[in-house]
Parts: sequence; structure tokens; C-alpha cells
Amino acid sequence: MREPWMPSPGEEFEGFRIIERAHEGGMAVLFRVEKPGLEVAMLMKVPRLGFGSHPAGLAGFDTESMILPRLGGAHVPRCIARSPDVDRPYLVIERIAGASLADAAARAPLAEVEVAALGSALAAAAHALHLQEVVHLDLKPSHVRLRADGCAVLVDFGLARHGRLPDLIGEEFRRPMGTGAYISPEQLRGERGDPRSDVFAIGVMLYLLATGALPFGSPQGLLGMKRRLFIDPLPPVVAAPGVPGWLQEIVLHCLEVDASNRYASAGLLAHDLEYHGELPLGERACRRARRGPGATLRRWLKARGKAPENPARPGARVNDAAHVLVALDPAGSSPRLLEALAHAVRQSALLNASARVTCVSVLEPSAGLDDERGEIADGEHVQQLIETRHWAAALALPAERLRCQVIVASDAAGALVDYARKHHADQIVIGARASSTLRRFLGSVSSRVVAEAPCSVNVVRTPGEAAEKQ
Amino acid sequence: MKTALFADVHSNLEALQACLAHAERSGAEEFVFLGDLVGYGADPDACIERIAELVRRGAAVAVLGNHDAAVVSGWCGDMNIRAREAVYWTRERLSPGRAGFLESLPLSVRAGERMYVHASPHAPRSWNYVTGSDAAAEGFAASDARLIFVGHVHHQVLYHSVSHGASRPFVPLPGVPIELAAPRRWLAIAGSVGQQRDGTTAAAYALLDGANTSLTFQRVPYDHAAAGAKRSAAGFDMRWDLLAGIGT
Repeated sequence: MREPWMPSPGEEFEGFRIIERAHEGGMAVLFRVEKPGLEVAMLMKVPRLGFGSHPAGLAGFDTESMILPRLGGAHVPRCIARSPDVDRPYLVIERIAGASLADAAARAPLAEVEVAALGSALAAAAHALHLQEVVHLDLKPSHVRLRADGCAVLVDFGLARHGRLPDLIGEEFRRPMGTGAYISPEQLRGERGDPRSDVFAIGVMLYLLATGALPFGSPQGLLGMKRRLFIDPLPPVVAAPGVPGWLQEIVLHCLEVDASNRYASAGLLAHDLEYHGELPLGERACRRARRGPGATLRRWLKARGKAPENPARPGARVNDAAHVLVALDPAGSSPRLLEALAHAVRQSALLNASARVTCVSVLEPSAGLDDERGEIADGEHVQQLIETRHWAAALALPAERLRCQVIVASDAAGALVDYARKHHADQIVIGARASSTLRRFLGSVSSRVVAEAPCSVNVVRTPGEAAEKQ
Repeated sequence: MKTALFADVHSNLEALQACLAHAERSGAEEFVFLGDLVGYGADPDACIERIAELVRRGAAVAVLGNHDAAVVSGWCGDMNIRAREAVYWTRERLSPGRAGFLESLPLSVRAGERMYVHASPHAPRSWNYVTGSDAAAEGFAASDARLIFVGHVHHQVLYHSVSHGASRPFVPLPGVPIELAAPRRWLAIAGSVGQQRDGTTAAAYALLDGANTSLTFQRVPYDHAAAGAKRSAAGFDMRWDLLAGIGT
């Protein structure tokens, strides 16, 4: 039998010179490589093939070769080259400087601030992936790298699923593929393609970072993994008494057995981690014990004979979980405009049951820095938040789908656009000033938002009101 | 050089012209006709003329389909009544030269690592449909080509080889290039140019790049009302089309 190909340091392929072995994985070997003219740090990934190698080696390598070149953005390593030779398969990818999330996990339990920062970076990276129609399906600390600026990079797409391409892994292996500690309940049932499976894995990582323990241990066998379908994890606060309620709420929300009870998108999870002060705390936050055998039995009965769902395309799922941002100016808007805004938001939010509505109003910072002014500013801030909440109450949305926020900024349009970009808004709903004279002298916030926003913008006007005035 | 794969033209000139134009715009220089050039549609002469001309120029390869064979021999086997009706109608009108072209078509063509055949490569003369994993596995077993391109089934579907046979059917989205990575084997059903059976009207074909690395399924809207009007004028019973979800 012919030995499978494996390069050695010093050799050169298509101009890529092998420097050294950087990492030996179960399915592939990574080499540090250089190429004259290419400044970027690079790794060559060579699958382990041949007798005794992991059966997923080739399918995993083909899957990554197929998916990685189609991905873009800061949250994935750049794919630089692919082997032109079938008998010598390799992939050259960007080498991410910076630490692995596994280093942070080794220091766990971490302070809540650090958990939230790591978690929101991780969720933002997953969301960027999901928007490109790809689900990672094997997220774990060793598959996450952190750039120097805190940006998370997801690596190893060997078990990933692209919504528009054949599923090589799912077709080759009928048994679930993933990592025992992180695999989601629906993956264990054979579903591959739900972005909320990645949300579950992020939940496991958050649990680990916050408590230093794994919620479901590290089972190797299928039977051990399937326990998570029926048995709750120990609430984080029991595993590590310092865990705050908001963090427990978020972690247990990610770890729901039924994917439809989890965060509908990783983007919404990132948003909550960032602004956990606004998070409505529910039953999950106060849980002090696992649910009893009754709940286990109910779940078991419900899951019995449940066939894997035919998953919708990952992109479609993410689109359903829209994040609608309402730019609100409670003091500067007429009652008619506020009503029209509420109507527009209700229409957007009604379209899909998992949409989140975040009402943001911008407060101009008051001049001066002395204490008295500071107190006045605090009062204004609270008053504006109360007014925003009052308006939002009329939307009649359940608490878990509604967030209210006041941001202090002198440039309202810029602040709104930044907020929308940072928190993965899918749509901004904003009112326009009714009077054209006012618009002429004060400029229009909405027109700047329209010009600069990263997403769709719905500008709400009240033509009736303008006509009345004339 | 890109290769356009056309199956089941079924004498639909409007659809054929639209697909040829789309393929040429997309950079196709080679054309493969995966059988069933005739049947159902009202323009057998014009379609064969167009295809035969491409074959003469060396720009196209064509293989025989069950409708083509039936038109040549008059033997309809177990075809349904509508298919028979179309075969008889076509036989009466086809000029001898064009029937001769159909008669000259091979059952399958092997070109490098590709194989072109109308039905399953397993006993191609029995016109077996590739309707699922088992049929696809049978097809893989019957040929040593790495890439097998077929028609006969009017829907666009892609299968690949796995260690236990063939994958489940993958239904492609139009316009998305799919890599046909080696050493994996692939069996693609190009979809029908001339007759859709899924309630839609856009013609279907597939585009393969020259290095055999990527396949893109395409859907091309065309003037299906004009094609339908011609069929109606030719005396075909159109009511059945509605029942069968046929788009022309």
C-alpha cells in the first residue's frame, strides 16, 4: 500500500516553503509556511489520510476546502491557496496571531466582565458566519482564536455545513459528528444546519468560562452525550456561587434543549452580553437546582421517536431572527409621529415571531463637568429612559423581545449607525422631522442614517400632519 | 472552457434558444445534449436542426434518449399515453434526414473522466430513472467515470459517492457553483430544458467548468406561453399539463 503524502520542512509546493510543524491534530497536520511576496503569516493544513487515520479526515478536509474560500470578514482565517494536485491535498490559510480561547478557559472561572466580553466577541463571530449561510457545528475553545483587538476568529470548518452546498460530512456519517462536551441536542438527533446549534456550543463555553466546569462533562459515547436531551445542567450559580443572575439567565437560555427556546440568533446573544443591564431576568436567573425527574420524563416522552427536522437554510433562520432598531426621540417628535413609528415597528415585529425590538434614544451630553451638572445629566438620562420605555410599552411586545436604551452622544446619526453596526441590526426604524423648514435648518438625522447605515432603514413620515399645518 | 449540459429539450425551441443564449453569455463553448431532444414540444425539426448543426461543428455532443429512440423505431414500450401521442405526432412530421440524426446518436459518451448518458448508466437501454440514493449507487457501480451526467428525471439533483454507496439527493439552488472535488464521484441530473414538472416554468440546465472542478445549476426564464401556444395549435391536449404541473 502506498504511504499517504505528508510534506517535510524545507520542501516547497507551488512556492510555499514548509518551515516547521506547528500543530498535530487528529485529522490534520499544520505546518508554518512562507512564500516570497506574501507578507501574511500562513499555515498549511494537510489532512491525515491512509490506514489508521480518522475516518472524517478526508470528508472534513473536503468540507473545509469547499467552505473556507467562500467565507470573508475578520472572523474567519483567510484562505490563501489550495493544492492543485488531488494526490497532495493541502490548504494554505492565514495564521491568526493571538491566543486561543482554550487559554482563557484554562484560567476559568473568570470575572463576569471578562466572560461577557469573550462571549460577545464569540457570538459576534458566529453571527457573521451564520449570515454567510454557514453553521460551524464544532465550536469549542480550541476552535476560537482571539486577535489582539479582541475580535474572535473561528477556525477549523471540518464539520461545518454550508446551506447552499452538499453536506459531505452528513452524507458520509450517519452518526452525529462533533465534540462530546459541546455538541447540541439537535445534532445528536442528526440535524446539521441550525445556527442555534452554534448558540448552544457558545452557551457551553460561557458556562465553562463562568464556572470552570463543563455543564454536561466530556462524554465520549453517544449515550453519554444524549443525557443532555433530558437532564438539565446544574445552574451556573450552584457550580460557582459568584455567577450573577444575568449571566445565568443568558447561559441557560443558550443551553435550552429545544432549539426554538434558545436565542434565535447569535447576534441577539451578543447584544444581551453587551447590555446585560437591560436584560429582563426570568425563571432561568433564579434557578437553584436541576429540574426534577418529572421534567426529565416529560422531555423523554416528547423526544421519543422524534425524527430530525429538515433544517431550513441557515441564512433563512438568521433572517427570521431580525433585530429591529427603533431610533426614538421622545421629546422632539409629535404624538402623530410617535404613533406612526409604533405602527411601523409593530408591522416589522409581527412578520416574524423571533424578532427583537431595541428602542434607542440619543441624549446630547450637557456641557460642563461639575457635580451639579452631572446630577442633572443623570436625571435627564433616567427621564429619557422612562419615556422610551413608556413609548415601547405601547408596542405590547413580551419582555424578552424588547430592549430599551439611552445612549449619550453629540452626534445622534453617527451613534445610531454605530449601534446598528455593532449589534447586528437588520432594520432601523426612524422618524423624519415633519416640517421641512426644521429639516433645512437643523439637518436631518434620518437622511444621514439612511446614507450610512449597514442595514435596511425604514423612514417613517406622517404626511397627513404636514398637510394639516399647510 | 465551460461545458453546458442540456437534458430533455423535448422539442421546445423557445426554451432551447433561451438556454443556449444564457450558456453562451456565461462562457460555454461546448454543449452536451443528454437525450430526449424530441417529444412533447411542437418544434422537433427546428430543435434537431440547431443541435445537429452544433454537433457538425464539433461544438456539441449528443446522446440518445428514450423519446428519440421511440421516434426512430416507433416502439414506445411502457410509455404513457401522452408520451406516445407526442412520439406519433413527431414521427409523422420529422423529415428523414432529422430522423437519421436521431438514429445516429450513441447511448452514452465517455469523455475523459466524464460520462454522458440519458438514463441511469446501469443498463442505459432500459431507461431507468435515477430517483434516489440506491439508483445513484447503482449508477456509480455501473460506470468507472468520476463524473456522470444524466437527464431523464426532469428535476435538478446532485449525488456524490460515499463509502456506503451514494449520498441522499441534494437539490441545488440555481447560480451557486458546487465543487466536484476528487476523488469523490458525482452524478448530476441536469434538469429539463423543455419541460418542467415542478409547477414552475423556467428552463433548467447545468454549467461545468473545464477543469471538472465546479458545476453550477441554472434556471432560465423563457417565453413559455409562446411554446405552449404552439403546442396547443399543434393539437396537443393542454389540460393534462396543468394536472402534471408542467410549465409549458
